[in-house]
Amino acid sequence: MPKFLVDNKEIQAKQGTILLKACLDNEIYIPNLCYLEGIDPPSVSCRMCFVKIEGERQPVPSCTVTVKDDMVVKTDTPAVRQLQRTALRLLLSVHHVDCKNCQANKKCELQRMAKFLKVGLKPKGLERHLREIEIDRSHPFLDYYPNRCVLCGKCIHVCREKNGQSALTFSKRGFDTVISFYGVKDLSTFECENCNACIDICPVGALILKESKEEFLK
Amino acid sequence: MNPAGNEKIDQIFNAVYKEAERRRSEFREDPVPKIHIGMATCGIASGALETQKAFQEALDEYNIEARIHTVGCLGHCYAEPVVIIDHPDSGFPPIFYHEVNAGKAKMLTKLFLKEGDPRFEHVYGAMEENDLIPSVMEFARFNREKRVVMEKCGYIDPEDIYDYIAEGGYSTLVKALKLNPYEIIKEVQNSGLRGRGGAGFPTGRKWELAKGSGEQEKIVICNADEGDPGAYMDRTILESNPHQVIEGMAICAYAVGAKKAIIYVRAEYPLAVNIVTKAIRQATELGLLGKSVLGSSFDLEIDVFRGSGAFVCGEETALIRSIEGYRGMPRHRPPYPVQKGLWNQSTVINNVKTLASVSPILDHGADWYREIGTENTPGTAIFSVVGNVVHAGLVEIPMGVSLRTLIFDICGGIPDNKKFKAVQIGGPSGGCLNEDFLDTPIDFDSLTEAGAMMGSGGMVVMDEDTCMVEVSRYFLDFTQNESCGKCTFCRIGTYHLLKILERLTKGEGQDGDLELLETLSKDIKVGSLCGLGKTAPNPVLTSIKYFRDEYEAHIYEKRCPALMCRPMIAFYFDLDLCARGCDACATCCPVEAVFTTSNRKKGVDQELCVKCGECIVACPPEYDAVRKVSPPDRVPHIEKPPEKEKEE
Repeated sequence: MPKFLVDNKEIQAKQGTILLKACLDNEIYIPNLCYLEGIDPPSVSCRMCFVKIEGERQPVPSCTVTVKDDMVVKTDTPAVRQLQRTALRLLLSVHHVDCKNCQANKKCELQRMAKFLKVGLKPKGLERHLREIEIDRSHPFLDYYPNRCVLCGKCIHVCREKNGQSALTFSKRGFDTVISFYGVKDLSTFECENCNACIDICPVGALILKESKEEFLK
Repeated sequence: MNPAGNEKIDQIFNAVYKEAERRRSEFREDPVPKIHIGMATCGIASGALETQKAFQEALDEYNIEARIHTVGCLGHCYAEPVVIIDHPDSGFPPIFYHEVNAGKAKMLTKLFLKEGDPRFEHVYGAMEENDLIPSVMEFARFNREKRVVMEKCGYIDPEDIYDYIAEGGYSTLVKALKLNPYEIIKEVQNSGLRGRGGAGFPTGRKWELAKGSGEQEKIVICNADEGDPGAYMDRTILESNPHQVIEGMAICAYAVGAKKAIIYVRAEYPLAVNIVTKAIRQATELGLLGKSVLGSSFDLEIDVFRGSGAFVCGEETALIRSIEGYRGMPRHRPPYPVQKGLWNQSTVINNVKTLASVSPILDHGADWYREIGTENTPGTAIFSVVGNVVHAGLVEIPMGVSLRTLIFDICGGIPDNKKFKAVQIGGPSGGCLNEDFLDTPIDFDSLTEAGAMMGSGGMVVMDEDTCMVEVSRYFLDFTQNESCGKCTFCRIGTYHLLKILERLTKGEGQDGDLELLETLSKDIKVGSLCGLGKTAPNPVLTSIKYFRDEYEAHIYEKRCPALMCRPMIAFYFDLDLCARGCDACATCCPVEAVFTTSNRKKGVDQELCVKCGECIVACPPEYDAVRKVSPPDRVPHIEKPPEKEKEE
């Protein structure tokens, strides 16, 4: 079992363990959004879980590294924090900050990271840019909030895991990228009503259950 | 390979080569005139199809026997449609004619082919040394080039495999098949060939990694997903000499142990797709591809995969995802494609130009290749030089030539007596360099050091009328549109850059914008997932570095020094130059913003003017009275006479 140092604390983890997971399991918090065990290759898209590993020039995302003996890891160097704070500020700059009315309030990963990194929820300096569509109501049971979504992609993965094929997908590109239900011909083949896996995994409350099916039928 | 096997390879190939030679000598010895017309996309866009039709009709009309030979592109885009006429009976050498439209084609058929007069006023140059007509080799645009990859481009018919074989094509494959794969890899390594897709990774090293990755079958991919604005080298090569690329792929596949290869080409290149598909079919029919290549134990199947036009699919991991049928999104590297690529197999991905360099290297040897170019970057570079330059087009030069030589000597400098301002190298991921860099040698390392990059070879030359803030905005608009949206820095970071630049070009810059652009850019470069995001801020960073005063003028003075950003400029007429009674500008103004002053000269109603610039075009050059000024409040006030009551 590899033994290594994270922030001067000695940690042991099984061969092949992802560094991020090893740290989280040992109560060393590294901000992260898109990491989920089982996503292979890891999506590495949120760009939050940077750490400094001795011998590497630049900070690396800890979800891409497997633990090695004698590795020396630092989770809070200025370079790491700079990248994490910028990434978080970018995410918040396109986020509709309305925590009071959001079902993820208090369990939201963005709130957690903002507190941890000491970044205000409405960061100064960056203009706020929101997408035009506030709510995508096209799914019979779910509502999708593009201005809450951080595009971590975990919902796509868990849906595929549970249903063999995913009812959710990325669509559009650049700033306009969203999660959508495009491409799924018949949603009735998915047991969305009793599943909720995507809702449960969402770190920010971008997917929520419609209040009733009637609402859709109206 | 055993000697008996080698004999069989020679036997099969010799039969093919003999047929090619027979066809060529039949063509060459035919005493009738030959008309070679450049028919790649660039030629066709300039009207080569009409030129071909006009030649055909004129030949029929005057009852002249001649052969029309359609060839690819010579790279002289400024001169398209290009025609070379070889008329042995006239006593003249083969002659290069430029801009041959349908009318010129008819005229040349009558006067040159029928009456023997080559019409000197239309001649560009002779294709060989002679006493009558200056040779094209006397022009820098020809004699300063060094053609390795494009050597046969524009001389052979890309749709006829025998044309290529008669020129020595596929003989290197024959040579390769008799070598041990490791010998080939060693030779490519010794040549110092570096990937021409942009990053400059040593090609031999890549092949070695693939070869050493295990016994399982490998895959070779030719990356022809060329997407940089203004870059079209790969398209031209595929359209002009597809077989050199295919031969390179076959050698690579044999060396690394692949039975399957794919050419990933954009669907927006329909002609390239057609020509490459046809080339693969012809090569397969002759036994140069397919099962048991030339009777050896090596099998190779090449497919063409059409990309759907996403720029990010030029990134190798996104390209792989796209072939696998998923949304083209890059993934984290490592693992690199040579370790785990398409369908989890070891995959070698090389650019078109890289693969096209392979056959000349094996043919002439690694030492020959090393003598071209610089120590760290041997070989040639192909640039598509576009923008404000006289002789735009494709230029193949030895690495290490300076930007000044390329832009001013070879490509003829800046048109209309304008001053050089900047050159953008490496497409949207590259940087803008100013005149201080004109003596920089062109190779991977010195360009990267300067903050630009080799990229795939796009080069946009800009004159003094170009606003660098606007150029940055243009490139960021491109990258933001083409970002796949996966990672935070690229998706949101470049969007912020774009929005700030948009504000600057509208005259809405604020204190702190410049600093924000810089810090955001630096974080995006480090934080992004793939090469697209990592390089997207380069145009911003380099233009701030080398043209900081322009940014400052936009932000603090609301002034566009190049007089390009419309919200920050105003038009007026210089009354000393404006001709009394002339109405050229007034009649063309789409919004009737031009009025006549009390002494019958012109003024601009700034409320109405939309700054389209039509009046500049309309104003006769002998007056040249239209002026632009920035910021707009510096425009001189010209009294508008009260409107006359219309008579009923």
